[in-house]
Amino acid sequence: MYHHYQKSLPYKLFTVFNYTLLTIIAVLCLLPLIHILAVSFSGSAAATANLVGLWPVDFTLDAYEKTIGNENFLRSLWNSFLRVVLGTLISMGVMLCAAYPLSKSDGAFRGRKLYMWFFVFTMLFHGGLVPTYMVVTKLGLTDTIWALILPPAVSSFNLILLVNFFRTSVPKSLEEAALMDGANHFTIFWKIYLPISVPAIATISLFTMVFHWNSWFDGLIYMSDVKHYPLSTFLQTIIVQQDFTKMSVDAETLKNLSERTVKAAQIFIAALPMLIVYPFVQKFFVKGIVLGAEKE
Amino acid sequence: MQSAVDVKGQTAAVEVKRARKRKGTWQLHAMLLPALIIVFIFQYIPMFGLVMAFQDYEPWLGFLHSPWVGLEHFKTMFEYEDARQVIWNTLVISTLKIIFNLGVPLAFALLLNEVYVMKFKRTVQTIVYLPHFLSWVILGGILIDMLSPEGGIVNRFLSIFGIQPIFFLGDNDWFRTVVVVTDVWKECGFNTIVFLAALTSINPSLYEAAIVDGANRWQQTFYITLPSMLPIIIVVGTLSLGNILNAGFDQILNLYNPLVYKTGDIIDTYVYRVGLLNGDFSYATAVGLFKSVISFILVVTGYRLAYKYANYKIF
Repeated sequence: MYHHYQKSLPYKLFTVFNYTLLTIIAVLCLLPLIHILAVSFSGSAAATANLVGLWPVDFTLDAYEKTIGNENFLRSLWNSFLRVVLGTLISMGVMLCAAYPLSKSDGAFRGRKLYMWFFVFTMLFHGGLVPTYMVVTKLGLTDTIWALILPPAVSSFNLILLVNFFRTSVPKSLEEAALMDGANHFTIFWKIYLPISVPAIATISLFTMVFHWNSWFDGLIYMSDVKHYPLSTFLQTIIVQQDFTKMSVDAETLKNLSERTVKAAQIFIAALPMLIVYPFVQKFFVKGIVLGAEKE
Repeated sequence: MQSAVDVKGQTAAVEVKRARKRKGTWQLHAMLLPALIIVFIFQYIPMFGLVMAFQDYEPWLGFLHSPWVGLEHFKTMFEYEDARQVIWNTLVISTLKIIFNLGVPLAFALLLNEVYVMKFKRTVQTIVYLPHFLSWVILGGILIDMLSPEGGIVNRFLSIFGIQPIFFLGDNDWFRTVVVVTDVWKECGFNTIVFLAALTSINPSLYEAAIVDGANRWQQTFYITLPSMLPIIIVVGTLSLGNILNAGFDQILNLYNPLVYKTGDIIDTYVYRVGLLNGDFSYATAVGLFKSVISFILVVTGYRLAYKYANYKIF
């Protein structure tokens, strides 16, 4: 597209200014990540002496070796992996099953409205931190992975996205033909709804995976032992709180953990899965936002 | 004219059709069951737990036998200097965030919209959206390192201009600024994409007509782009109204420390410290309930306004 106004001098000047400004903003957004990456690949002495800018000084993989060699780190990485896989599977299973009936018309499924409000109300009002904590504790879920998986398993927001997707994308004629042939709801859900909804399922699964990978607070309050910590909680404890009391480590490991380069390496490893899936996720997320915005 | 029998026959046919449609409704209820149980246990039971706010809850007495104290905890909350400060901090921080997270992405989307090199546009968009996917633990870890007064890269940069090291995360004059700026850094990509989607859906014939009338790009922006964007701006704005008491628990908890409680402590972090760390369950629940109720009113108002002025519905 080329317009007449684009030939005017002020607009040309603006264009130069605009591209420069946007480039600067984009670079500024990335600098923190590049800096932390540079620190993680630098020699410990150089990092402590604040010599590292945006390029590693005394390049070494030392920090990564120390990180990988730390069993606490590896265990929390495994916990996170387990949490993401199990959490996403359960969450998607439960939400998809619920989205199917909720996508029916009010005539075909009496009580749909009531159920819908049951879920939507939780978006409007919360019991809050302390009562939720007490429920999870009373159920004896503390120190088990279920404390991290079950409470957030049904996200009303994601559920609504799925319902809207089912409503708009599954051809009603296909469904009615199947009903005529005597198919029951389970079959229709399994054979018609799920195959058609692969894009939506992928999108919401990615939402859920990112959520589980990034969650850290529930690990902090529900896990009393550091060996149950997911990676985010582990990092929060040693990098942000700088609290090593919960870890039964010898002086040597402690010294390693508090090194600046090791912290940087751990941060980078935790960010890595997001950086890898990001290009895919981004495409889906943009769709998801549009999915969310198009509801009428 | 239709005879009565015909009408009756028709309604009967409709009934049969409906009945066939409704056959197996129990399956629909059954499919909802797991989600209902999970939501009931983890969302609704805690709501009943809110009665604690009106009791002096003691774990060994339980809800049934703990003494009732009425509105005592709410009174305490408004009398405590701490609590009042915390509510004020929450309002200040969240209001600033709402304003900047609306204004910056809007400006940014408008600038990106003037870019006609698609590759450049997409690259910038991708980079700016990236921090949204990183957790505050990761970003907090990075920021603590970068903003450190002892050789953090930001202070090293400032020292070039002869500026003394600033303890950004430990200085009450700086903490809120850091919180708002870093939040915009993390989240502005999200709203930018929402706004860009709205920008691209503006009917091009409007611009063509304006060009024929001799309007320059500024005039086009003011008389076409912004008015066309108004509905989505209203939606984003009114929906963020419900967040006015959410100043960003994850972010603050990862950035603050006792030095900046005065300006940086917010309702959620306060509830966490008082309730879970100090074990004052009832008082913390009361503060939490206060927040939930006000938020509820604001969220509902926000949805209503969004519906009234922009015809937006969530479902």
